[in-house]
Amino acid sequence: MPFIKNARRVLQQNIREYGMYIALFVIMAIFTITTDGIFISSRNISNLLNQTGYIAVLAVGMTLVIVIRHIDLSVGFLAGFLGAVAAIAMVFWHWPVYVAIPFVLALGVLAGLITAFLVAQMNIPAFVATLAGWLIYRGAILLVTESTGTIIIPDAAFNAIGNGFIPDIPDIGILPGVHKLTLILGLSGIILFIINEINDRRKKQAYNFEVLPLDIFILKLVLVSALVGGITWVLAGYQGLSWTAVVVLIVVLVYDFITSKTVLGRHIYAVGGNPEAAELSGISVKRITYVVFGSMGMLSALSGILFASRLQSATTTAGTLFELDAIAAAFVGGVSAAGGVGKVMGSLIGALVMLSLTSGMNLMGIGIAPQYLVRGAVLAAAVIFDVATRSRGK
Amino acid sequence: MSIPILEMRNITKEFPGVKALDNVSFQVAEGEIHCLVGENGAGKSTLMKVLSGVYPHGGYTGEILFGGHVQKFAGIRDSEKAGIAIIYQELALVPEMTVYENIFLGHEIRNGFMVDWNETIKRAGEMLKKVRLEVNPAAKVKDLGVGKQQLVEIAKALSRDVKLLILDEPTAALNEDDSENLLNLLRDLKNHGVTCIMISHKLKEVIEIAETVTVLRDGQTICTLDAPKGEVSQNVLIKHMVGREIDNIYPHREHRQPGEVVLAVANWSAYNPALGRNVLSDVNFIVRKGEIVGLAGLMGSGRTELALSIFGNPDGYRIKGEISVKGKKRRFTHPQKAIGAGVAYVTEDRKSDGLILIQDVKQNITLANLRAISKRGVVNNNAEVKVANDYKTSLNIKTPSVEQKVGNLSGGNQQKVSLGKWLFVKPDVLILDEPTRGIDVGAKYEIYMIMTRLVEQGMCIIMISSELPEVLGMSDRVYIVSSGKIAGELPIEEATQEKIMHLATN
Repeated sequence: MPFIKNARRVLQQNIREYGMYIALFVIMAIFTITTDGIFISSRNISNLLNQTGYIAVLAVGMTLVIVIRHIDLSVGFLAGFLGAVAAIAMVFWHWPVYVAIPFVLALGVLAGLITAFLVAQMNIPAFVATLAGWLIYRGAILLVTESTGTIIIPDAAFNAIGNGFIPDIPDIGILPGVHKLTLILGLSGIILFIINEINDRRKKQAYNFEVLPLDIFILKLVLVSALVGGITWVLAGYQGLSWTAVVVLIVVLVYDFITSKTVLGRHIYAVGGNPEAAELSGISVKRITYVVFGSMGMLSALSGILFASRLQSATTTAGTLFELDAIAAAFVGGVSAAGGVGKVMGSLIGALVMLSLTSGMNLMGIGIAPQYLVRGAVLAAAVIFDVATRSRGK
Repeated sequence: MSIPILEMRNITKEFPGVKALDNVSFQVAEGEIHCLVGENGAGKSTLMKVLSGVYPHGGYTGEILFGGHVQKFAGIRDSEKAGIAIIYQELALVPEMTVYENIFLGHEIRNGFMVDWNETIKRAGEMLKKVRLEVNPAAKVKDLGVGKQQLVEIAKALSRDVKLLILDEPTAALNEDDSENLLNLLRDLKNHGVTCIMISHKLKEVIEIAETVTVLRDGQTICTLDAPKGEVSQNVLIKHMVGREIDNIYPHREHRQPGEVVLAVANWSAYNPALGRNVLSDVNFIVRKGEIVGLAGLMGSGRTELALSIFGNPDGYRIKGEISVKGKKRRFTHPQKAIGAGVAYVTEDRKSDGLILIQDVKQNITLANLRAISKRGVVNNNAEVKVANDYKTSLNIKTPSVEQKVGNLSGGNQQKVSLGKWLFVKPDVLILDEPTRGIDVGAKYEIYMIMTRLVEQGMCIIMISSELPEVLGMSDRVYIVSSGKIAGELPIEEATQEKIMHLATN
């Protein structure tokens, strides 16, 4: 059977990449069974995606930080602090939301550049520099919320980012109760994906490059389409695509494009793979460090906005332990601590795996203590799997 | 000759693809100072690593007799126990620890479960007296100069009751006073019954101190010379060290009339703040179109520093002097600028700072010139594969595909990838640092062919090489670098291995 042989070969060659997709699928399947289908219900999946949002954007930024052999511990409280700044800007300074958000994102970039200055210019290990940031931003968030305590955000537009859903097209009589714009977006996504893949394959064949065997190629198209279609269908059955999911999708697509298709992305992986060689190849390691930490700062701000919006308020404890969740998501998603290896998409999957565990175990009524044990074990298992498959060569 | 304390019989040590030691026999008499000389790559360090157990028993064939017994060292610990201590060029001290902690590191003086610091400090003082080093035992090693650190290393060896002390290029990093001091100490130790093996490139020193000299070449023992009998002189040593015939392992080259000056470096000095001294002083040289210029010299003579300081100075030396490329004065503040002006540098150590081993062939080849295959910052992956395949064919890179990770290729093919990467930036000046180190003869020849082709197309090449036959076989002109200076320039017709060695070892 050439088909099975082909499939096995492709799977073996890409086991590291596909491993976590399989893991996510298995975890979701187990919870669906143990919760009698509640886990896979439209409402729960929708909630799950919204909860993943503010960790997922951090994990995306953290991926790049770890790829260039650094770490950023300050992102959690930075997110919390900047969320509070956004709240203060809107509530006390009466800034409109469309000014407050860009302002906070810019502050995030600035905070990231300061970290980069310490790391790239002053040669302070990132662990120490960002641990200092962890303390400072924790102090900062307490400072700005000290007098007021929790700041309630009344702005409906802002709160929609964390709680709202995209609008639907007017009812035209078919498929009542289903979110049609979500379906249309999902379908367009699938069609774009298929066209893109076929074009890519044609171009490669024109150059006489190696491509996947046709049957495996079709299988890949069917599987991905089914996955996207399935998620779309599940979401459309509730209230449709949430704004959080839209934000995360945009972030992930943009970062995936940058890392896999652009010169900047290549330079980032080169610096991670071998900084000396990168420097001697004319890449400024310092510049890359600034770019990566700057982006991390911006994504921290975004995470803070998503979280504040979801709670519709800024709290004194916002951002606690976000950094560790983001780092765990990145490692589960296949980022290598040795640098140079790791994909943005992987970290998103990593974040989904970790949040699915929490969500599923919550639904099952499992206590918080076993939850930590399980999540710790999954993190360890993911990294062991990663190291084991890496050392096999390829 | 008195009774040998050490006898190595028929030692053969192979690495994949290379025979580093081929049936080497080596005898050292008790209480003598024995020097081991040979070109880079002759097998001196390998032989000492076999002796000290770095390459454990079983990894080589042959026999080691030390103190009259056959020894089968499984590691450095075993050889240390037997009384052998080896001091490498890169010192093995912990810079943040004090002198006394370093001296007794690994065999601390105990008082029950605890370290007896008082006794340690007292004994450390005695050791320091033996090596005639006057420093506070409580000083941190990092605060001492290189010369003094070397003495601390020797004190450390002495604290272990060493019978045979091996020093690998002990004076390479020392100034003349420190070197003299060290040589005196070795004589002193000899009078106290310590046998010494010293590896050195500085023939003057060898002549000054050695009682016996063994010459290695290409992994074989060439001869053992007796100094008291007057067998040792610089000429004799050089003759034995380089004595191989140059066979036709180099492609035939027409030494044509060279073209205009492409690269000119004038009054070039570089101060290394980390070492606190000039690594280059007042270097002047030119390279013309269509020329291969050899930069000969010993390791550590400043050749790589020269190349790096020109190539955007990534190590941050403080530089004085001028570069001009094709008549235009230039100042390169980053390798990127140098690349932009048409200068490329293929590093000496492709694994540590040349290639990204975890990335594939195509990504490595295009890394330094991604702009050429991208539009508005977006890389054209198909164009990339095409470029990589072109170099795979033209340089004959043996890899199943350009998507193979570079870490999985052989040394020769890695070197070709490295070359491909720098050819893709289309340079005017190509600096090759040890272009054939650690690769087999066949791949070497291919690299020589590529170099020949490139200069015929009008490129100019600066070739840094420690292999004299290579320098003579490939260059149109040779500069000899010694102690950070240009010690001489020889047109190829006048250059001989002896002349180069004389200039390089002075």
